Amino acid sequence: MSFLSYLIRGISLGSVYSIIALGYTMVYGIAKMLNFAHGDVIMIGGYVIFTIMSTIGLPPFVAVLVGIVLCTLLGVTIERIAYKPLRSASSLAVLITAIGVSYFLQNFALLIFGADAKSFTSVIKLSPLELAGGKLTISGETLVTIPLCIIIMVFLSVFVKKTKVGRGMIAVSENKEAAILMGVNVNRTIAITFAIGSALAAVASALMFSAYPALSTTSGAMPGIKAFVAAVFGGIGSIPGAMIGGILLGIIEILSRAYISSQLADAIVFLVLILVLLVKPTGILGKKIQEKV
Amino acid sequence: MSMLSVKNLGISFGGLRAVDSVSINIEKGELYGLIGPNGAGKTTIFNLLTGVYKPDTGIIELDGKNITGKSTMDINNEGIARTFQNIRLFKNMSVLDNVKVGLHNQNKYPTFAGILRLPSYFKTEKAMNEKAIEILKVFDLDEEKDIMAANLPYGKQRKLEIARALGTNPKLLLLDEPAAGMNPKETDELMDTIRLIRNKFNVTILLIEHDMKLVSGICEKIFVLNFGTKLANGEPKEVLNNPEVIKAYLGE
Amino acid sequence: MAIKKTTKSNLITIAILIIIYIVCQILIATGSMSNLMKGLLVPLCYYSIMAVSLNLTVGILGELSLGHAGFMCIGAFASSFFSKTMVDVIGNTFIRFTLAIIIGALSAALFGMIIGVAVLRLRGDYLAIVTLAFGEIIKNVINVLYIGIDRNGLHFSMQDSMSLNLLEDGEAILNGPRGITGTPKNATFTIAIILLILTYVIITNLVNSRSGRAIMAIRDNRIAAETMGIPITRFKILAFSISAGLAGVAGVLYSHNISTLTATPKNFGYNMSIMILVFVVLGGIGNLRGSIIAAVILTLLPEYLRFMQDYRMLIYAVVLIALMIFNWNPTCIQWRENHSLKNYLPMFFKKEKEGL
Repeated sequence: MSFLSYLIRGISLGSVYSIIALGYTMVYGIAKMLNFAHGDVIMIGGYVIFTIMSTIGLPPFVAVLVGIVLCTLLGVTIERIAYKPLRSASSLAVLITAIGVSYFLQNFALLIFGADAKSFTSVIKLSPLELAGGKLTISGETLVTIPLCIIIMVFLSVFVKKTKVGRGMIAVSENKEAAILMGVNVNRTIAITFAIGSALAAVASALMFSAYPALSTTSGAMPGIKAFVAAVFGGIGSIPGAMIGGILLGIIEILSRAYISSQLADAIVFLVLILVLLVKPTGILGKKIQEKV
Repeated sequence: MSMLSVKNLGISFGGLRAVDSVSINIEKGELYGLIGPNGAGKTTIFNLLTGVYKPDTGIIELDGKNITGKSTMDINNEGIARTFQNIRLFKNMSVLDNVKVGLHNQNKYPTFAGILRLPSYFKTEKAMNEKAIEILKVFDLDEEKDIMAANLPYGKQRKLEIARALGTNPKLLLLDEPAAGMNPKETDELMDTIRLIRNKFNVTILLIEHDMKLVSGICEKIFVLNFGTKLANGEPKEVLNNPEVIKAYLGE
Repeated sequence: MAIKKTTKSNLITIAILIIIYIVCQILIATGSMSNLMKGLLVPLCYYSIMAVSLNLTVGILGELSLGHAGFMCIGAFASSFFSKTMVDVIGNTFIRFTLAIIIGALSAALFGMIIGVAVLRLRGDYLAIVTLAFGEIIKNVINVLYIGIDRNGLHFSMQDSMSLNLLEDGEAILNGPRGITGTPKNATFTIAIILLILTYVIITNLVNSRSGRAIMAIRDNRIAAETMGIPITRFKILAFSISAGLAGVAGVLYSHNISTLTATPKNFGYNMSIMILVFVVLGGIGNLRGSIIAAVILTLLPEYLRFMQDYRMLIYAVVLIALMIFNWNPTCIQWRENHSLKNYLPMFFKKEKEGL
């Protein structure tokens, strides 16, 4: 029973990672950059939601909504100010700028909210589900997180394939110049990509801090890194890959924490990544790009 | 014994048979042309000969030695060098350094000798410099030896690629569209240069070209490829007047 | 034979380093150097070594490495373990520290080789994430490692110091999260500067040699390099190993400059790796002198911004973003060319010879 309990917790954490990973993978596929600041947008989202609920005292639903709106605005603004000017520069230059943005967000939050960790009140008011006569408990957070992740994934897949904006995204990710020639507004497409990624980050933030309530200015960084690992794991640029990568990562992390060692759990997650990439150098669902000679 | 002996070479990509039953013999010192419409598989054959792709069928022998299935690096060590359809120079390195990379396996000294600046470093570098400049002089590039390869005009970049390939001291030199993008004057110069390097460096040459003036001007034999297989093979006079060949290029 | 342009430039860099060293020593001797600055001398050296060695991987080999701090960690702990254990056995500080440096460098180089092999088939961002993963694994594992020594030899444990089962005369040297305490502080400014100069010389000599050209050829065009007969595997691993080994040397300086050595996210995690990467990019990819300059300026900057207190890291971040945009945005590049000093004061600038 405890194995099943851990497994479910792993899938739940993995779902959160998937949602974050989706933001990474979409931005990578379309804007061709690694948005290192993505994890810190999650942290900001957490603080916004926390402030609105605790300090201002509005209901969780409102708080999450405001969080989504503000994070979306934040993401789009960052893109416009820091990344857009460097769109033709090398990817390394943009990476360093993203790191600068990450530093900025972390220290900005530090200034406003201070260094003490806050205790996040869960936005989910669902009571835990007891199964198998009390031997298996599924938290309310998990009950919301896993289905929500699936819904988001399905919605995003449909959006990308069926809507004009979505197909524009695929076009830009395959060949930016050709997309421009076909009349796709690249600026708008990239802005929308960042908007979606950041909105998802806010959702992930609400779910993650509800389940793991310690909130500090560095709380977004490691989940961000792990989600990046998940995205690469599943094959960067692939939406189903982000989902698979995220869930697998969550399961491996929770099971390692439970059965091997909580200190080594992160190391084991990273080790699995390395082993997978040794066998499949472009990730589980990654496409093998044949270089033209 | 031929310099290059290819028997029944073939490869498929997915369901597409890109090259099929290609056999060719090139004698030492010959200037051989490989022509055919776009998409015929010419560069694919180059890739097969240099180990970028491994063939499904067939045998490749260089100077009597079986090199089928060997790695690109090993094949170069055996004596095949090439240039590329899309120029693949070392853009951030100087003209001289590009050729010196070609000389990598000709003039050796161990890494630690370089780091510790032992006498073998100075001796070998001096020899490399001299050899590299000698090669560059053939292409009239020695004056520009310290310029970054990326800053050379297009025509000179193409020449540099050939110079670099010659640095590896090949027995067989594969040139992939060496005259692409060149004007008639440059093409004439190139024709002279190719003849010159064949004699001076004692090298057998197989070249892919679309420029018929160059092909008929210097090639002693021509192999025509269409849809991955042989369409014709022989002396320019017969091949270029072959009705099948004309049809393949110009259509019905 | 006239001295090549690059050799001259390298000699100038080394001369500048020596001059700075002499100036610093004078300032110290006359009591003109603040304690803050004195404490920064060795760190400035090892951060510079980190940056120059990372530039070998990122700028010369052309691969993005996000786990450089992991090699520093290995060098630090291996050398520290050696020094602490041998402090009574080898009395001569010079010999013992030199051995520690060699051990730190070789251990780190070994891991560099392992990672080089692991990432052989990977490209670009996949390679980067694996290097990050390795860095985190190294830091995490060292954090849970206990190593003790007694009459019977070495004892290992991943749980606690009790399970080392040491005899009474034994000592737990590496104590899991508490790290290693009491490493002899053998790292002086003199030794640090010498090691920095050595690092610089090793890498520049490597770059201007046959192996260096092979590595750069792999960076510029791997497929072409292969067709020139260059053994890609060998040189990739060589670059990774040398880069890692030198980072290990930086780690030795680090661990012999503090009293307690621990593997925290702050000093050996990806944050540190990224900080070094920022030095390398800002100093110029492939520009080794630039790496030193950037490492020095960006390490001193937060210290001298201390008067801004809470705002200083925020300003650091803004300055970083602004610098990146100013340096790489096409409009800014154009503005710089139009308003370059050369345009306003043409008489002070030699006309650039065609093609040089």
